[in-house]
Amino acid sequence: MTNLSIAIPNLGIGNFASVIRMVEKVGGAARLVDEPSEIATADKIVLAGVGAFDRGMSSLTSRGWADALREAVVHRRKPILGICLGMQLMCEESEEGSCAGLGWIGGKVKRFVPPVPAIKVPHMGWNTVTVTKPGGLIPDGEQRFYFVHSYFVECGDRSDVVATARHGQTFDAAFSRGNIHGVQFHPEKSHRFGMSVMRSFVALEC
Amino acid sequence: MLKHRVIPCLLLRGRGLVKTRKFAAPQYVGDPINAIRIFNEKEADELMVLDISASVEGRGPQFDLIEQFAGECFMPLCYGGGIRTVEQARQLFALGVEKVCLQTAVLNDVSLVTKIAEQFGEQAVLASVDVKRKLFGRMQLYAAASRKILPGPWLDHVRRLVAAGAGEILLNAVDRDGTMEGPDLELIREASHAIAVPLVAVGGVGSLADVRAAVDAGASAVAAGAFFVLHGPHRAVLVTYPDPTELQQIFATQEGRQ
Repeated sequence: MTNLSIAIPNLGIGNFASVIRMVEKVGGAARLVDEPSEIATADKIVLAGVGAFDRGMSSLTSRGWADALREAVVHRRKPILGICLGMQLMCEESEEGSCAGLGWIGGKVKRFVPPVPAIKVPHMGWNTVTVTKPGGLIPDGEQRFYFVHSYFVECGDRSDVVATARHGQTFDAAFSRGNIHGVQFHPEKSHRFGMSVMRSFVALEC
Repeated sequence: MLKHRVIPCLLLRGRGLVKTRKFAAPQYVGDPINAIRIFNEKEADELMVLDISASVEGRGPQFDLIEQFAGECFMPLCYGGGIRTVEQARQLFALGVEKVCLQTAVLNDVSLVTKIAEQFGEQAVLASVDVKRKLFGRMQLYAAASRKILPGPWLDHVRRLVAAGAGEILLNAVDRDGTMEGPDLELIREASHAIAVPLVAVGGVGSLADVRAAVDAGASAVAAGAFFVLHGPHRAVLVTYPDPTELQQIFATQEGRQ
């Protein structure tokens, strides 16, 4: 198998250097792309980002990323992995903003409401996840990942949920629907646990 | 449930690592890349690198060195030292740093916290507060770069930083720095009651029991320097990090926080 290339849209905000390093660590090849037209030549896509939902959506729509991604992901069914905000942008809407999301995954993005003061927001740090649908990107067994977010995804179709985690309440930590995958945590910053998720994504057949 | 992070806090002076005692007497503890590699191999929860000579010398971050650090970290990396502009923060994020730690630049004017948080998110901004006890134990805000005790209630400064958009507060007990004599639990209690964002306590940790005590006092995460780089009564250099089972055990009997 030739080394499939992974494109990472440069949305301006996100720790792209860390994502590229992690992909390379597991034997893949990733590059940051500055033009939406470059999506067409990639085999896979990682949508990574941090920051506010509306800012993320406006950088996707203003420069034509949204159309290029829709063509690649929805029509050509290229595998895509959304990380953190990237996962949230794939949903329909967010309490954080007023822009519509990409809408590939049914569901909304909601804000954590701490039930007790000891639960801090943002949810920041290492947390374990419960795999609800085995056989996907996240291996079975005790897995811990690094999270940092104040909003979380609530999938509309529960069969899309791959893993959940708890922070005052249970939330969807990962989803998969066909070629579309999303993780709320940061695999690029989660040592061997994240490495294994990235390895599985790199190994996916196109 | 969310684990309490235990974070090695490395002090950079020039291009080498040092460990201070009560913010003075820096002892050379080795090459930063080597130490970072060890913490990465031991799967540390997160890593913090603070350039303690940057603000004192009036210079910015050493980007070339920080890029090398980021390249060794498959864990979150926080950098602090000499950050005065949004552009410097942007450069750091582009190199692979997750969080920037602000202190000297936001002592009098917290607007840089807001500017960086608006662009990169609150989770990317950690605001650092040094607190020193005066005679009779009164707590005061301390300016590490100028070595001055500042007037006004220190907790007001903490609240201002959080209101400005800091996603976390790094609370440094100056008098405990490098002593390994235990954290200032009263200080941690006061700060954690005052804020809703995660509190990272640093200063005085000399054992895993101290880590636990800091968490019980209200810290979301605990950072330590000497505990991870020095060993024994003669403070010999030894880079260590507890293994996951040790960390699990220390928190095992403590529940009900979720």
